[in-house]
Amino acid sequence: MSENAAVGKLKAKFSGSVLDVAEFRGETTVTVKKEDIVAICSFLKKELGYNFLTDLCGVDYLGKSPRFMVVYHLYNLGTKERLRLKVPVEESEPSVDTVSVVWSTANWHERECWDLMGITFNNHPDLRRILMPEDWVGHPLRKDYPVQGPGRKPYQDRLS
Amino acid sequence: MGVEQTLGNNVITTTLDKVVNWSRAKSLWPMTFGLACCAIEMMAAGAARFDLDRMGVLFRASPRQADLIIIAGTVTKKMLPVIKVVYEQMPEPKYVVAMGACACSGGVFDTYSVVQGIDEELPVDVYVPGCPPRPEGLLYGLQKLQEKIMREKNSFGAAIGVGDRVIEA
Repeated sequence: MSENAAVGKLKAKFSGSVLDVAEFRGETTVTVKKEDIVAICSFLKKELGYNFLTDLCGVDYLGKSPRFMVVYHLYNLGTKERLRLKVPVEESEPSVDTVSVVWSTANWHERECWDLMGITFNNHPDLRRILMPEDWVGHPLRKDYPVQGPGRKPYQDRLS
Repeated sequence: MGVEQTLGNNVITTTLDKVVNWSRAKSLWPMTFGLACCAIEMMAAGAARFDLDRMGVLFRASPRQADLIIIAGTVTKKMLPVIKVVYEQMPEPKYVVAMGACACSGGVFDTYSVVQGIDEELPVDVYVPGCPPRPEGLLYGLQKLQEKIMREKNSFGAAIGVGDRVIEA
């Protein structure tokens, strides 16, 4: 049984969407389907008090399927509880619905995730590059992106 | 006591080029512009212990008043257009010092986002190696730049529109 009370309530309400629950050293990670991410997030915010999105990021598991994960780190400022949500994203369709309607801070996090990972966020109000130059082509934090950039020859037959 | 007469009723013979070169070399005004950790050493070089002011090196907050831009730090491809605009806003004659490994060659940042040496875009006069260079290193580089300016030919002629400055390596 999970230490986190939110997991039970989440399982009860979104039984079909919760794929996995993991506990490690007091950290709770819930993997959910991406179709329900906005509903789950607004439930967690409005009903369970997770009113602060600490971080939102993407992970590239190159060679695995699904290739990407979008990770949401939530914090409940009232009870000082933390919760991690993970959403698997397929390489063929790298898109997730935006949660900027739930926490407006997600706006910039999702821009960064799109900029560096190439995961688009549906219905995002302003999805443009935030770290790379505006005219940049590609998403450099993907594992298959050459570290020295495209078009660079290896220096003395090695990469660096 | 003390200096009662500095020059007296004397005559000094020199060339106009030398006067112009001397005045330029002894009043190098760098643009206040730092990019990374090298800028901390640049500030230390400008502060009391090393005191760039005594060499006539006064940091200016506007490129319109600057003769020199010290590229102090890692130049990212996103920052490059900004640096180029600042450089273009400086009046002639203008000089560039590449300070530190990153500005000289990209340094350890051999990556997609970093310019591999500012000399790919701007004409660099002096390279100061180090990661970061100590203030003494920057001081030495600026002295080398002063020596280089003193070797320029036809700097007076170029100032009044006769020919171009001849800059030795």
